[in-house]
Amino acid sequence: MKRIASLTLCLILMLSLGVTAFSAEQVEFSEEVTQYYASLGLQGTKLNVYNWGEYIDTEEVDVLSEFERLTGCTVNYTTFESNENMYSKLAGGGVSYDILVPSDYMVEKLLKEEMILPLDYSNIPNYEKYFDEEYGYLVDDEIDGKKISDYAVIYNVGTTILIYNTNYVKETPTSWSVLWDEQYKDKVLMFNNPRDSFAIAQALLGQDFNTVSKSDWDAAAELLKKQRETVHPTYVMDEVFNKMESGDYALATYYAGDYELMHDNNPDLAYVLPEEGINTFYDAFVISQSSQNKKGAEAFINFMMEPEIALANAEYIYYATPNKAVLENEDYSLIDSEAVYPDYSEIKNAQAFHDLPNDTLQYMNAQWMKVKGENDTTHLYVVFFTCLALIALTVAAYLIHKKKMKKYYEV
Amino acid sequence: MMKKSSFASKLINSPYILWSVLFIIAPLIMVLYYALTDASGAFTLDNVKGIADYSSTFILSIGYGAVATVISLIIAYPFAYFLAHTGASFQRMSVMLVMLPMWMSFLIRTYSWITILGDSGVINSFLRIFGIGPLPLLNNGAAVILGMVYNFLPYMILPLYTVMSRMDRSLIEAAEDLGASRLSVIRRVVLPLSVPGIASGFTMVFVPSVSTFYITQKLGGGQINLIGDVIEGQFQVANNYNLGASLSLVLMVMILICLGILRLFTDSDEGNGGVLI
Repeated sequence: MKRIASLTLCLILMLSLGVTAFSAEQVEFSEEVTQYYASLGLQGTKLNVYNWGEYIDTEEVDVLSEFERLTGCTVNYTTFESNENMYSKLAGGGVSYDILVPSDYMVEKLLKEEMILPLDYSNIPNYEKYFDEEYGYLVDDEIDGKKISDYAVIYNVGTTILIYNTNYVKETPTSWSVLWDEQYKDKVLMFNNPRDSFAIAQALLGQDFNTVSKSDWDAAAELLKKQRETVHPTYVMDEVFNKMESGDYALATYYAGDYELMHDNNPDLAYVLPEEGINTFYDAFVISQSSQNKKGAEAFINFMMEPEIALANAEYIYYATPNKAVLENEDYSLIDSEAVYPDYSEIKNAQAFHDLPNDTLQYMNAQWMKVKGENDTTHLYVVFFTCLALIALTVAAYLIHKKKMKKYYEV
Repeated sequence: MMKKSSFASKLINSPYILWSVLFIIAPLIMVLYYALTDASGAFTLDNVKGIADYSSTFILSIGYGAVATVISLIIAYPFAYFLAHTGASFQRMSVMLVMLPMWMSFLIRTYSWITILGDSGVINSFLRIFGIGPLPLLNNGAAVILGMVYNFLPYMILPLYTVMSRMDRSLIEAAEDLGASRLSVIRRVVLPLSVPGIASGFTMVFVPSVSTFYITQKLGGGQINLIGDVIEGQFQVANNYNLGASLSLVLMVMILICLGILRLFTDSDEGNGGVLI
């Protein structure tokens, strides 16, 4: 997901309009599959899909147009950069989406606020066929008596990791604390979203990622403030790709699958799973409460689990997929990647995010704004008041001059 | 007759009046509503009190906006003067060149500076040949100011150019005939006559500079956080529309005050043809 700045995405989209139409190959589906999608009666309907940027294959297989070809349903595809962005767009109202792809804690929040619909699994036959039950535990929890798996189908799973450039960082780091090392001043990239960034400070402090104690959040915010003051990290999301691949930065925090992708473009990069613990996450398909085409949405989820499509996406996105057909496919190139498929039994202190109560969430957001918002303004007051004084002087001079001239003309 | 023409003028104006009611007045009322209520819709002044946390950010924003505007003025003024006194075809071409970057997306233009200023960017790659650097050109206040000046300079040049090209040449000639030196021609004739242009250029550079968030995020790399960033964060990340709205309201009031000061310059009998575009 979260690759390349949305801006570059726009560029790519503009270019790809012309290009992909020729380069992507049509997938040869079996007669049975083709007939299944044709028989759903989705011809002429519309489906609004709201997904992470760069989170679907558009190169090898143009997934969206394949879906359109098979079902006759028109897909309106838009992307977001973070769960929080997606949520504010939804909560702001005025938009209507059918398919959303939130992460774990956001799925819980949407479920709690009754913003998503239960799935009719009889319309998603591929779930039973291809979903690897090993990942089922991730969606086993109940929120207000409602089981998450009744509402969400996992698309991908992953972890946060620490990426470093071996040209700058000679010794293999083992701890997140390297991000506070002043040796790498101006060379550090941090998550530009509150939960992921706080989780790093929380791991260092040995806290629960889902704590509701204000003093815990205060301590984590303090740590992040200290980092901002001493190391001057740059806060990015998808831009991390350009910045790490260009070799301008020494350290970055991001998601495991994306590391593989960056490493393809810059072999100097390496990664570690820091000893203090990491965040494990999943992203899942859910159907929005405002959906006008629930059947089409379920067909879409089902389609995303078709072996050919799931493989194409897995090869494109580089995240770990829970799709058995892909995991068992010999052509799948990433199965041996330790970054994408880490040995979970060896990871210590891995924690998942859960939805936080509203007041905690607000407190965290306010703290985050303060972490990012505080400027060193001591020298600035001087500049500001000098400017103000200059402007006042100019105004005064001008007014006096005008008055003088007036008098002069009157005489 | 009288009545008819006023009806006709109302009819002609109605699309714009409708437009401004729908897209200017109504949103302003909504900003006011959000600023004075809490998440449940009850009246509260907490948002307004919450602004106190961001007073230093406000000052920083105005400081950055002022610096960017003054630099733009220093660059634009001699250029506009020079431009207004050259051949017609050269003028046409130069004005087009000034406007040319505006035909490209503001986002892309700003983003391009990252590849110019970055450690492996164009400038630093060039300096590396001589064994210099890499210089830290990106992710600091100077880069933000550069972005502001670069993006908003045309808005300073164009009104200045308009005022200067309309200026009566005979006034300058008369001053020269009466023995004024070049410097005093500029100081006593050109400068006072171009005040309306300076004022409108000032406004059009200062206002977007103070409220920008994209430039600071891309070129400041999170080191510089201006009020636009805080407002954007309140809406996009913190999902706190109420605080975001009250911050916007304060920003609007502050900009209005700045514009009020500027009106002192333009509100005179000599103010003609200033505000343009």
